[in-house]
Amino acid sequence: MRGGRCAFLRPDRETFRVGIGGPVGSGKTALVAALCRALSAQLSIVVVTNDIFTREDAEFLQAEAVLPPERIAAVETGCCPHTAIRDDISANLQTVEELEARFAPVDLTLIESGGDNLTLTWSHALVDAQVFVLDVAGGDKLPRKGGPGVTTSDLLVINKTDLASLVGADLAVMARDSRARRGDRPILLTSLVTDPNATDVAAWVRDQLASYGQASSRIREKPWP
Amino acid sequence: MIPPAALMLADGRLPWGGHAHSGGVEAAVARGWVHDLGSLAAFARGRLATAGLTEAALVAATVLRSSDSVSWEELDAEASARIASPALRLVSRKLGGQLLRVARTTWPDRRLDGLAAASPPPGPHRAVALGATAAGAGLSPSEAAACAAYDAVAGPCAAAVRLLGLDPFAVTRLVAEMGDQVAAVSGEAAQAAAGPLGDLPAPAATLVEVAAEDHARWEVRLFAS
Repeated sequence: MRGGRCAFLRPDRETFRVGIGGPVGSGKTALVAALCRALSAQLSIVVVTNDIFTREDAEFLQAEAVLPPERIAAVETGCCPHTAIRDDISANLQTVEELEARFAPVDLTLIESGGDNLTLTWSHALVDAQVFVLDVAGGDKLPRKGGPGVTTSDLLVINKTDLASLVGADLAVMARDSRARRGDRPILLTSLVTDPNATDVAAWVRDQLASYGQASSRIREKPWP
Repeated sequence: MIPPAALMLADGRLPWGGHAHSGGVEAAVARGWVHDLGSLAAFARGRLATAGLTEAALVAATVLRSSDSVSWEELDAEASARIASPALRLVSRKLGGQLLRVARTTWPDRRLDGLAAASPPPGPHRAVALGATAAGAGLSPSEAAACAAYDAVAGPCAAAVRLLGLDPFAVTRLVAEMGDQVAAVSGEAAQAAAGPLGDLPAPAATLVEVAAEDHARWEVRLFAS
């Protein structure tokens, strides 16, 4: 991924930036919390949230005590969550760069989208990798509908598998349709109820970090006081 | 013809984060000052005559002075002195930093590099960044002032459509009907720019600035300002 499409903007950037998007209520914030819980002992992490309720996500993460509050910042999106991560990324970039400079060196920046619908996608000038989060309660036909998140994200997470039987969702259908849309791109089925550390997703992030080419040699204990 | 750079600087699609700012309309809606087309028109006229004129004059003055011997510190001080609200001063600097990022990629110019070097994060004031950008792109003081004056009206009007669900055609007509006033403010700004910096216009709307201070402390907001 290093030397990818964003390299001309920040050739000297060390931090790996991951965008986490998906429809409202699919579990993006809970996934961010899980990743922080799983990774923050080894990695220096900062989080930017774009939620429509600007402080709510940040406060959720703080309440989970997974990151010190000063490592979490919120960006307002003026009623247009897509615009802030795709067409006009300037406020997000500014916030990300401020956090990364303040807590340098930062290994991993997680940027959570404000949440919207299946048409969401990220600018390659803002993130190095995109995770798209669906949940089974949204209906098992969601992957079939496609859209850039389902089709082209670097990782598709199908969340809340513990609810499948309750909402009549067929996980096999969701996995099959996702594979048809995505080809070889990875798909992970998760339940943050049964696995609060999102073990598989955290492992995927670690793999991406290693291939990004920096954190594997800089992994360390919690660097903040 | 109209210089293409002027069209781009006046275009809301220029990716410098303006879409996430309401120009005070979100706070005004919450206070009941803006609730329909008529009250929006009054707000927009007031904004153009106060913050709009102040901003446009600073922009024009910056264009006039953008040479290798420019004193960015002096322009910065004049801009700071004209924004009473600390929250709005910070907003001005964030937007200035974001505009500078776009400008240095789009219209590379050593004066922009000089401004960036003289401006610690989050950045120079918006008016100074806009003036320096316009100068680098070859615009005249009055053309640059027109971009600022138009934005002082178009920004809040676009935000009002999103916040209140107003008829977008009626709001667009309102912006068009204010064209003569926008032109008059641009002319006044360009004229004032030729005089001493300290004598630049400084009209302000105190209540709007008070509301901005309050807005910056809201727990839940859709726009950054």
